[in-house]
Amino acid sequence: MTESVRIQLSVNGRAVDAQVEARLTLADFLREELNLTGTHLGCEHGVCGACTILVNQDPMRSCLMLAVQAEGCEVTTVEGLSQPDGLTDLQASFRQHHALQCGFCTAGMLTTAHAFLQRQPCPTREQACEAISGNICRCTGYIPIVDAILGTAQARQARQDGGAA
Amino acid sequence: MTKDMIGRPVERNEDTRLLTGRGCYVDDVKRPGMLHAVMVRSPMAHARVLGIDASAALELPGVVKVITFADIAALAKTIPQRTCPLPGMENFLQMPLADQVVRYVGEPVAMVIAENRYIAEDAAELVYVDYDGLQAVVDAHEAARNEVLVHAEQGSNVASAYRVGRGDADAAFRNAHYTRKESFYVHRHSAVPLETRGLVAEWDAQAGHMTVWGAGKVPFANRGILADMLRLPNSAVDMIEVDVGGSFGVRGDFYPEDFLVPFAAQLVGRPVKWIEDRRENLMAMNHSREMHCELEIAVDREGLIQAMRGKVMGDIGAYVRTNSGVMAGKGTQFLQGAYAIPNLEFDVCAIITNKTPAGTYRGPGRYESCFFRERLIDIAAGEMGIDPVAMRRRNLIKADQMPYDAGALVPGQGPTIYDSGDYPTVFERGLAHFGYEELAKRNGQLIDGRLHGVGLACFTESTGGGPGEHARIELRQDGTLDLFVGSSSAGQGHETSMAQVLADAMGVPFEDIRVHHGSTTYLKQGYGAYHSRSAVMGGSAVHKAGQALVQTLMARAAKLKGLPDTQGLAWRDGHVVREADGSTLVTLAELAADLPACGPEDRGPVSVETSFENDRLTFTFGLQLAHVSVDPQTAQVKVEKFLCVEDVGRMINPMIVHGQTVGAAVQGLGGTFLDEFIYDEDGQLTTGTFADYLLPVSTDFEHVDALTLELSPSPSNPLGVKGAGEGGIIGTGGALTNAVSNALSGLSVSITRLPMSLNRLSAALRQARAQKGTA
Repeated sequence: MTESVRIQLSVNGRAVDAQVEARLTLADFLREELNLTGTHLGCEHGVCGACTILVNQDPMRSCLMLAVQAEGCEVTTVEGLSQPDGLTDLQASFRQHHALQCGFCTAGMLTTAHAFLQRQPCPTREQACEAISGNICRCTGYIPIVDAILGTAQARQARQDGGAA
Repeated sequence: MTKDMIGRPVERNEDTRLLTGRGCYVDDVKRPGMLHAVMVRSPMAHARVLGIDASAALELPGVVKVITFADIAALAKTIPQRTCPLPGMENFLQMPLADQVVRYVGEPVAMVIAENRYIAEDAAELVYVDYDGLQAVVDAHEAARNEVLVHAEQGSNVASAYRVGRGDADAAFRNAHYTRKESFYVHRHSAVPLETRGLVAEWDAQAGHMTVWGAGKVPFANRGILADMLRLPNSAVDMIEVDVGGSFGVRGDFYPEDFLVPFAAQLVGRPVKWIEDRRENLMAMNHSREMHCELEIAVDREGLIQAMRGKVMGDIGAYVRTNSGVMAGKGTQFLQGAYAIPNLEFDVCAIITNKTPAGTYRGPGRYESCFFRERLIDIAAGEMGIDPVAMRRRNLIKADQMPYDAGALVPGQGPTIYDSGDYPTVFERGLAHFGYEELAKRNGQLIDGRLHGVGLACFTESTGGGPGEHARIELRQDGTLDLFVGSSSAGQGHETSMAQVLADAMGVPFEDIRVHHGSTTYLKQGYGAYHSRSAVMGGSAVHKAGQALVQTLMARAAKLKGLPDTQGLAWRDGHVVREADGSTLVTLAELAADLPACGPEDRGPVSVETSFENDRLTFTFGLQLAHVSVDPQTAQVKVEKFLCVEDVGRMINPMIVHGQTVGAAVQGLGGTFLDEFIYDEDGQLTTGTFADYLLPVSTDFEHVDALTLELSPSPSNPLGVKGAGEGGIIGTGGALTNAVSNALSGLSVSITRLPMSLNRLSAALRQARAQKGTA
């Protein structure tokens, strides 16, 4: 259980080479070893979605993965989805729509929404709602989060249409 | 733009940090040499603890200490009540660790300290506790018979029992045209914030100083309790508020761990972190809401309610915690709601059972009592053949009855005075906004295979709990301001709303203000966040501090310019101007700068600290309206439309108020349909994970909106604001049960018990059909 394993992976575009306990969760590895504390733990049994990160572009529950399972993977956290200054369009849309209060679920919402919009750039409200249905938020009632995701999609679409014209 | 910052939907200052993963929550706090704590909790609802053997745990490499009652015995004290103590409750307080008896599943028995959390969790499983099982009592009615005693030495499970009232309810009932009695029940559920509790404590032995990170809600009050327990002066303890992942009333009051973690840090001489896991969170953080009520009203021929009486029984679990009296105490106070009912009489009790202790959860007592009353009014109106809207219209307190004395119905507390409000106008505005008249035509109709129903509930909400709040402002040499406020935040957005208040008070740019809140290091005193008080108390303190700073700066300007006093000077947009021609005499930047011509007391940064004190509560009024459709085969309820209407006097930030209201409503919708702590007959919690304790998700309630009005500013504070954090949840149970009952009226289903979960509602439908079949 406490056996140590060497892992190599990419985290937010940076190569990481580490020696970890076999039982260390990926969430704890990111938070404790790499100090990427933007990823939060809300239930540690895969229900609340607060710890959602991207593994090879797909949303994953980092509380349900062991660090050793990320061997060779490309891992992206909320820090990796942020830019050095200011907010991304998705983050700015969350702010504009008041889609966060305490902020504890926010990283998981952003990573989930980011991956969703990659797959589905022009979602319906129903699809956006469905996309975050595996993430629990106790503050907002979800409606502004759905608004923020749709707002981002629409703005991106408008920019694309404008660029094409 | 600096003026009129109050009332603007300003985007939040805290969001940038929280959206980019740069927030700092308590689990993000790391201290050098930090150890990790894990609690050993009772797996039994009621048992004698015969012995604890920690030897196997201590042999595990990396384990530093296992703390049991024997370790804390010298310092041990029960955790005191902070608010709304009811007579007798002081006999049922909780020790930080169980001594000889455990009384609920999840009660702390020992604490393991180890080098990391993985080791601590392994070790916790190796702590052998020898339990001798006792019979548990889980149901409050059964407990009230005192056949099984939770605290044997008290000889009773009744923590408090009293009668309150006013007028002559008996006479009113004797002479009534119509009376109706019904029994109601609200199930056990709670806030369940997404961040579990946690603390980091560090003891500086040289300085004799304790620092605790992870405080919330009431850091100053908790400092007092902790200092007392550790036999330290208040000045030797600091509580630091970092980012907080939601509270809704349950986080931040003093729990057993709030003593144990600092105690452990002192004992082992290294910083200690404790982060609750979700399973223990669901069995250790305050539960709430569980209440039985037998309510009766007496109504005259015209539909005017002449009297209300009843029995209120709160199930508060195994111990009285810091605020356990609020549910039954305030719940009873709010039973009359927004109606002018001259005669009241209530028998109130708080009952001890072998379940997790209960405390306040957003809208404590209000949610429960609103459901009891509003459901009973619909039942009575239906039987009397009066339209439920007309019945409420007739009984609402009128604007010319304000301020309205609602009586003194909480022991030890004075009369409740509704300070202001035009309830009938708010009521009509709400009905119109919802399109009630049109929608109500669908009541009981089967449309596309679903039965439709519309229902509503009215409520009053007390906000702005006293006694006061402190604020301090420091002017920096670059002309920007640091604002420190005793209000604490669990996500409400104080860094934005408090900056708006100060920008408005001083006419300075919003962007030039940095807000710091909560921690005991900032101010002489602070009172924190409860009773929807931050905007009222914190906001007023900030406003007052802003005015005080203006006076200080005016005096400095006069001195700078060699004037004898401030006569002829005025403050405008952050500058001192000559009143006569409006010309600028001194700018804020000049006032802040280190001016060589002045004496030492007149140069550089300026600091003021003021307090706003007020014990008068301010009351909002609101109603909530629901349109539901029910599948008569599956009992699945769809909330087609839900509207919250509330007059909050004045809004500091309408975007934040809207967010609080809609968020609270969705919590209430969840609480009404989904969330439920279910215990088996042995007192085992059977819904101890998120897989079975169901919280609302994004696809559950998509059509919730709010209409917030500013009709009746509060007369008791300079901003005219009323609290806005809790109203959104209060009417949910009442409005939804009325709507569902209206939808199912053809099947004679009348909801009197919560939750309206799928299995309970389908059972009610089956039962109704069976009864019809036999009739």
